[in-house]
Amino acid sequence: MSGISRRRFLAASLAGCAATTLAGPKKALAAGSFEGYPDGMGVLVDLTRCIGCRSCEAACNKEQNLPAPDRPFDDKSVFDETFHGGKQKRRPDENAYTVVNRYSPDDSDRPLYRKVQCNHCNEPACLSSCFVNAYTKTKEGAVVYNSKVCVGCRNCMVACPFNIPGYSYSSAFDPVVKKCIFCHETRLKKGLPPACVDVCPQEALTFGKRKDLIKIGHQRIQTHPGRYLDHLYGEKELGGTSWMYLSPVAFDEVGFDPNPGNEPIINNVKDFLGTVPMVLAIWPAMFTGFHLLAKKKEHDEHNHDVEKQHDEEGGDQ
Amino acid sequence: MKSLIGWGAKPVDSHVNEKTDQQWSLFRKLMLGLTPGQYLGQALRNPFNWILGIIFAIGLPLIAYRFIFGLSVVTHGSNDYPWGLFLGFGLFAMVPLSASGFMLGTAVEIFGRHDFEPIERLALLNGLLGYLFAVIYLLVDLGQPWRLPYPMVVSFGPAAVLFLVAWHVATYLSVQVAEVSVSFFEWIGWLGGKRFIRRIALGLTVSGIILSTLHQGALGALFNYAPGKVHPLWYSASFQWIHFFCSSIPAGLCMVIAVSTVVKKTMAWRCDDNFKDNLDRCTLGLAKGASLALITYLAIKMIGVAHDNEWGYLATGWGAWFLFEMVVGVILPIILFAYAVRHQAVNLARVGAFVTIFGIVLNRLNTALIAFNWQLYQEVPHIFEVIIAVTIFAIYVVVYRFILYRLPIIFSWKEQPQEALAAQAARPAPIKTSTAPIGAMYRKID
Ligand code: SF4
Ligand code: SF4
Ligand code: SF4
Repeated sequence: MSGISRRRFLAASLAGCAATTLAGPKKALAAGSFEGYPDGMGVLVDLTRCIGCRSCEAACNKEQNLPAPDRPFDDKSVFDETFHGGKQKRRPDENAYTVVNRYSPDDSDRPLYRKVQCNHCNEPACLSSCFVNAYTKTKEGAVVYNSKVCVGCRNCMVACPFNIPGYSYSSAFDPVVKKCIFCHETRLKKGLPPACVDVCPQEALTFGKRKDLIKIGHQRIQTHPGRYLDHLYGEKELGGTSWMYLSPVAFDEVGFDPNPGNEPIINNVKDFLGTVPMVLAIWPAMFTGFHLLAKKKEHDEHNHDVEKQHDEEGGDQ
Repeated sequence: MKSLIGWGAKPVDSHVNEKTDQQWSLFRKLMLGLTPGQYLGQALRNPFNWILGIIFAIGLPLIAYRFIFGLSVVTHGSNDYPWGLFLGFGLFAMVPLSASGFMLGTAVEIFGRHDFEPIERLALLNGLLGYLFAVIYLLVDLGQPWRLPYPMVVSFGPAAVLFLVAWHVATYLSVQVAEVSVSFFEWIGWLGGKRFIRRIALGLTVSGIILSTLHQGALGALFNYAPGKVHPLWYSASFQWIHFFCSSIPAGLCMVIAVSTVVKKTMAWRCDDNFKDNLDRCTLGLAKGASLALITYLAIKMIGVAHDNEWGYLATGWGAWFLFEMVVGVILPIILFAYAVRHQAVNLARVGAFVTIFGIVLNRLNTALIAFNWQLYQEVPHIFEVIIAVTIFAIYVVVYRFILYRLPIIFSWKEQPQEALAAQAARPAPIKTSTAPIGAMYRKID
């Protein structure tokens, strides 16, 4: 191989992966030790206080201008609804950013209610999986979504460990991802608590700085050791979430993934992203090397009997 | 077409009509050298076209229906199963099945295995079309398909694996267009373009390997975002991307065997002797390569199970399903290939290839659909979703056939003497060794 063609090869392969080189390094740095959002706000959900009145659902519906539900918000029969052969309770979707579900845990004499909405993770999987950067974690702690750039691949829905984002599948021309946005535009930005927190008659929801909420949560556990499980769900789970939960029973009894781990989802793909610059750096040299070797060998063979060699090699790979 | 040839028609394989000594016009080349009447006649006589016609009659309106009324009318578009058949089959299965381009490119261009040249172009075309249709499946599935270029030009999310997939598939698609364009340039008779591609062939091949490694792997890494959702037997925190990359190798090789088998059965008139005579030998060679890759794949699958210590799951119903996938989709073809290579039983190797393809498709469907949300519930695709997936596959077959009938993929283009001479004169000496494989017929002319 002459010098000229080697240069050509380099130029061509560089052109081929210029894009990936641009993308490579940034990615590898994206994850890593992460301090969190010092001023981030959050909500502490106390399952022992919630009575399943569904006022939060109603308030959210109004605040976010969502369509009226089939059944009114004071209809308790929705708690009996199950889906997919009883395997699933209600979940947030395009018409409801939050839902309240009822559970009947074995070690509790009364039913428990749990409000479900986006937990506004510190290192959101939806954000890190999005290839057009449609998600932003704001300094107030909300994870918001920009429908202007969303392509509709729904990777964020695959990635969200809490199964939160819903999608407006029925829209043909402007389908978007729908999820709780922490009332970011209308309230959070102005320092106001979100609509659902504001309305809750039981003070089951406490709004405040995330770091204060962690203290409050642990205080409650300490003052009422019999009342709560010694665990503040969301403090550490998946890198921490802005919404955190206190429960009297094991978390899997109220529909949580009991053991999601403390690693943010992005850590799962870090290994792979780390290999990208490696492949970019090693492959061109390695395969050009193979090529030169093969050329050399072939050249030697040409001096002998090419045809014979080819025949012999026929079924050889 | 066969009967027309029987009556003396001759498929176009050069610029000049042998009977009249005149240049074929582009129109007549498109018509395969037939008159429009003859062309229509042979198309209507083919029963396969009638089947295609029925599929299109049902499927095309459904595709239009999807774009007018949204995904919800043709899919079970659910918030728990955001990805259905379009991506499960169209993207996650079509892409590995199209790994053939870079596999054969590597074998021929990098490792100098010129004995695979008769089938190289078919492999390149298979790669190009597979990727193209993976993108088409994707377009049908995307909520806002017109925003497909967004990750390239409008808004970047470089920390996302999907960003890699998008960029790599897009760049690799253009690499494949360049690779396949050689046949097109021959067909339209533009030797300049062909010479240019031959000059950068090695660079194209190497960038093909890089891009393929990364995006085949990246498709697997996409599931690393959902560690809790994919059943542990199909999920491997550390090896997911290696599993996907590694299994794409037998997938690509077997797809070439499968396609060449179909081609030989259904369009023998279009294959030239170089293709027909070498096919059995090439098939066995590919089978051997595929079986080695399958053995590697089997080993790393087992390592994956052992590494995360998931042996316990093997005793469950999911374990049985996993073992079914492994035994039928991996171990059975390994045995078939081993026997076939040993006894030169080409047809057995072909059976093995089809079984492998089944296994790979099953693996991708398992990961993306069946074992996805295994703790939640089982998603069954909407019937319209199935019909649309089949329709797009039928379009793929039609485009495949359209190209194979015309471009010199499974036959060589007969250059006119003066053109060949001009090409020879214009070819710089050092390029000859590095790019000769691109055009087998050149060596014949030599
Ligand atoms: S709960 Fe889900 S949607 Fe909400 S921020 Fe976390 S990953 Fe994103
Ligand atoms: S924070 Fe706002 S958007 Fe989110 S559930 Fe509460 S009311 Fe709805
Ligand atoms: S408003 Fe408060 S008490 Fe009522 S359902 Fe919501 S969280 Fe529970």
